Amino acid sequence: MAAAGAAATDLEVVRGKRAALFFAAVAIVLGLPLWWKTTETYRAPLPYSQIGGLNALQLRLMVPVTVVFTRESVPLDDQEKLPFTVVHEREIPLKYKMKIKCRFQKAYRRALDHEEEALSLGNVQEAEAMLAEPQEQAEGSLTVYVISEHSSLLPQDMMSYIGPKRTAVVRGIMHREAFNIIGRRIVQVAQAMSLTEDVLAAALADHLPEDKWSSDKRRPLKSSLGYEITFSLLNPDPRSHDVHWDIEGAVRHYVQPFLNALSVAGNFSVDSQILYYAMLGVNPRFDPASSSYYLDMHSLPHVINPVESRLGSSAASLYPVLNFLLYVPELAHSPLYIQDKDGVPVATNAFHSPRWGGIMVYNVDSKAYNGSELPVRVEVDMVRVMEVFLAQLRLLFGIAQPHLPPKCLLSGPKSEGLMTWELDQLLWARSVENLATATTTLTSLAQLLGKISNIVIKDDVASEVYKAVAAVQKAAEELASGHLASAFVASQEAVTSSERAFFDPSLLHLLYFPDDQKFAIYIPLFLPMAVPILLSLVKIFLETRKSWKKPEKID
Amino acid sequence: MAAALPLALVVLLLLGPGGPALAEPPRDSLREELVITPLPSGDVAATFQFRTRWDSELQREGVSHYRLFPKALGQLISKYSLRELHLSFTQGFWRTRYWGPPFLQAPSGAELWVWFQDTVTDVDKSWKELSNVLSGIFCASLNFIDSTNTVTPTASFKPLGVANDTDHYFLRYAVLPREVVCTENLTPWKKLLPCSSKAGLSVLLKADRLFHTSYHSQAVHIRPVCRNARCTSISWELRQTLSVVFDAFVTGQGKKDWSLFRMFSRTLTEPCPLASESRVYVDITNYSQDNETLEVNPPPTTTYQDVILGTRRTYAVYDLLDTALINNSRNLNLQLKWKKPPENGYIHYQPAQDRLQPHLLEMLIQLPANSVTKVSIQFERALLKWTEYTPDPNHGFYVSPSVLSALVPSLVAAKPVDWEGSPLFNTLFPVSDGSSYFVRLYTEPLLVNLPTPDFSMPYNVICLTCTVVAVCYGSFYNLLTRTFHIEEPSKGGLAKRLANLIRRARGVPPL
Repeated sequence: MAAAGAAATDLEVVRGKRAALFFAAVAIVLGLPLWWKTTETYRAPLPYSQIGGLNALQLRLMVPVTVVFTRESVPLDDQEKLPFTVVHEREIPLKYKMKIKCRFQKAYRRALDHEEEALSLGNVQEAEAMLAEPQEQAEGSLTVYVISEHSSLLPQDMMSYIGPKRTAVVRGIMHREAFNIIGRRIVQVAQAMSLTEDVLAAALADHLPEDKWSSDKRRPLKSSLGYEITFSLLNPDPRSHDVHWDIEGAVRHYVQPFLNALSVAGNFSVDSQILYYAMLGVNPRFDPASSSYYLDMHSLPHVINPVESRLGSSAASLYPVLNFLLYVPELAHSPLYIQDKDGVPVATNAFHSPRWGGIMVYNVDSKAYNGSELPVRVEVDMVRVMEVFLAQLRLLFGIAQPHLPPKCLLSGPKSEGLMTWELDQLLWARSVENLATATTTLTSLAQLLGKISNIVIKDDVASEVYKAVAAVQKAAEELASGHLASAFVASQEAVTSSERAFFDPSLLHLLYFPDDQKFAIYIPLFLPMAVPILLSLVKIFLETRKSWKKPEKID
Repeated sequence: MAAALPLALVVLLLLGPGGPALAEPPRDSLREELVITPLPSGDVAATFQFRTRWDSELQREGVSHYRLFPKALGQLISKYSLRELHLSFTQGFWRTRYWGPPFLQAPSGAELWVWFQDTVTDVDKSWKELSNVLSGIFCASLNFIDSTNTVTPTASFKPLGVANDTDHYFLRYAVLPREVVCTENLTPWKKLLPCSSKAGLSVLLKADRLFHTSYHSQAVHIRPVCRNARCTSISWELRQTLSVVFDAFVTGQGKKDWSLFRMFSRTLTEPCPLASESRVYVDITNYSQDNETLEVNPPPTTTYQDVILGTRRTYAVYDLLDTALINNSRNLNLQLKWKKPPENGYIHYQPAQDRLQPHLLEMLIQLPANSVTKVSIQFERALLKWTEYTPDPNHGFYVSPSVLSALVPSLVAAKPVDWEGSPLFNTLFPVSDGSSYFVRLYTEPLLVNLPTPDFSMPYNVICLTCTVVAVCYGSFYNLLTRTFHIEEPSKGGLAKRLANLIRRARGVPPL
């Protein structure tokens, strides 16, 4: 009876143990994964390794240069070796994680007959006109003509010439090392026309560590798909001045040709407005010596803010806005001059603000007040105004003065005010900037996802990320093979996709769900369920240990 | 970040300047107008209208040059191919019963209705984008307009301007009744005016006065209008209207007098030099029948009579462009005075301030005999901050009783009382003569049931559910894991041992 009872009890104990273990097993095997799965934030898979790889991307910018030798440019035996190709590669030293290498691929060949004929003319401009006709050159490529040492095509003291399109002329030399010497000259000219360290440093200004000259480098607008240009005439005193400006004509004649030339770099829209009673934020000082008013340089930053609120910019588009303000000072503060940091009036009476636009002060001729009653009718001289605004526009787009090699002749500007190779330069810079921006955006997104576990990644966001990564890689390849136009398009695509992914509102959906509230909800359920399981597990563990120790005692 | 820059002018402008177009008539014009209407209830309504007309085909031209027309709205018209846009922000409700018919009423909150051009392919997308942009321009929550509150009326809301066809597919209408109108909506609205708020009638638009009113409605209406009588081409018209109703009666301690300075705390000093017409109209109709009970100062030079909203009205007209009007006194402060004060009576109202002071309404009224007078006050229930609820908030909140103090004529003439000699109960209130006696009555306190939130409902539900689950689970778990075995008789507890000790001492065999 007792034995049977003990056996039954043992059976019961074993069953209880098993039940407890089973509970624990179900909780761990089924419960925990179920809880994990149901409360997990959805994250589509992302190409983390490829994004990480973008940081170590090597950008190789290839500039295809065609070098054309005329008959008497190099010694005869050297001419025998043509055609052949020389590659000149060098690294651009920038404190940036991406390695940027610049590669000039020079294809040497002999001049064709019509080229010989053109280059034997007496005038560079005529020669150029004749050479330009047959074929259009691809974006980013250059053609350099090597002429004989004593050719009269260039003035005698000039060694080289840079044309308005994608051509340049270099004097040859009769020397044993002719190719080497000419090659160096060609690289100098080609650098001035395409990629220089300064251009790239300006393009990457936002991504480079701060240093002393970087504020100047941050002048150009950031790269964007399009730009809005607004010309505003500020008339703070309509009771005294009835100002008229022929902005339609000025835009048609001066601005539109320039923007047409730039149209590869983005979409442009131009509009203008007149704002009355729009004051500057600073009271000008009176200068008794010249009985005029002046704004000194340190007060200029305060000028813009009060005006800005009335400009009404970017209402209907997401593109950055460039503002050009023409300020006609009120009668009480006329004439008004802008002084530079040495206290000297600025010749143009204008200043610009990086990435924002420019302001020009237009003083009314004091003779106009004589004899006529107020308001005085003022006709604005648009040529004077547009000269300043177009120069500012060039600066704001980052088209700087080229660094010419010594003894180099620069051709006169084209009627649009922009040379074709300057446009190429802009495209190089913008492509590199776009790539850097896209890479930074993707890397920060990846970092952010690693840091904050509550961010949801939907499938469409993930597909944008994939698109951006592919576009970055494509742009890098196109740059390396010298196709500037398609590289620029791909880099724009990369920026657009990466920003769309980064700023997608669905990323923020679960972000504000604090941990303490989670625990407040979990504890009433988890604590009563976990405690019995844990207690019985501890009990089972203790009992098993005891039963292991017992046999040892018997020994 | 600005830098003075000695600009190197590298750009040579090779093309000659296009000859400046001289003697061209202005292609845009501005008219401004203020109508002041004393309302039957004693309040004063002021309606501003600013009309900018622009002779331009906004949609056709690639480059747009703006002068008086605001650029922000012009860009909207061309970008979203708008034909008409009507947007209004209103705080309060126009009480037609007391104030008479309005010139232009608008619903409380924000109202937006738009006719698109028939070239628009995806109207809903344009509508969505447009409402988002407008919400940015006017700092309002118009971005909450979506398909759930947008309708396409088919019979009402015909275009107000020139229209060839009216296919209702291109109309969208939405109202956001809970939109609160405030200074941040007025500021961008003022910025659209050519003279901003620096000159002309817009000087009077001072936010802290305009929002201290019983009714405030500001609107923007854009529509195409005929450029000439034969309507061969169209112009764009932008009307910015703002109507406010000042509670002149209450704030003026019962007097109906008003002046520009008292209403707007500003006076008119100069006309807007850009306006081709700038006028103030004062409605003097109601009073001229009543034989010179009021006077307007300065006296008007001209008057204007017409049938407006079904009644014949007379307006005093002040033209700001008339230099004599302002130059005489440096500024224009229109005043209206009643020669004979209205019926005696006294109303004092001190509005409440949230969490600082309660409302106080005092009225001195003479009641006719055998009449019922009812004083009712409307209030709205609001949610308090959650810390401000009293314990047991479902009980309600008390509103203190109202007090009625009256001198009631006595039925029987009493003889003058001797103050010291008469019983105490008769001398509490001093009475001047025996013909009336003084009574002060109190009404019941009012118990108002405020909406009370359930403060802890979500957490209670979670805790309750979890407890039920935990209890079920616990007993189930116990049942399954407990070991049941038969209790063997033990050697006994403490009581048994004690009993055995005593038995042993007594020499009796233990249990």
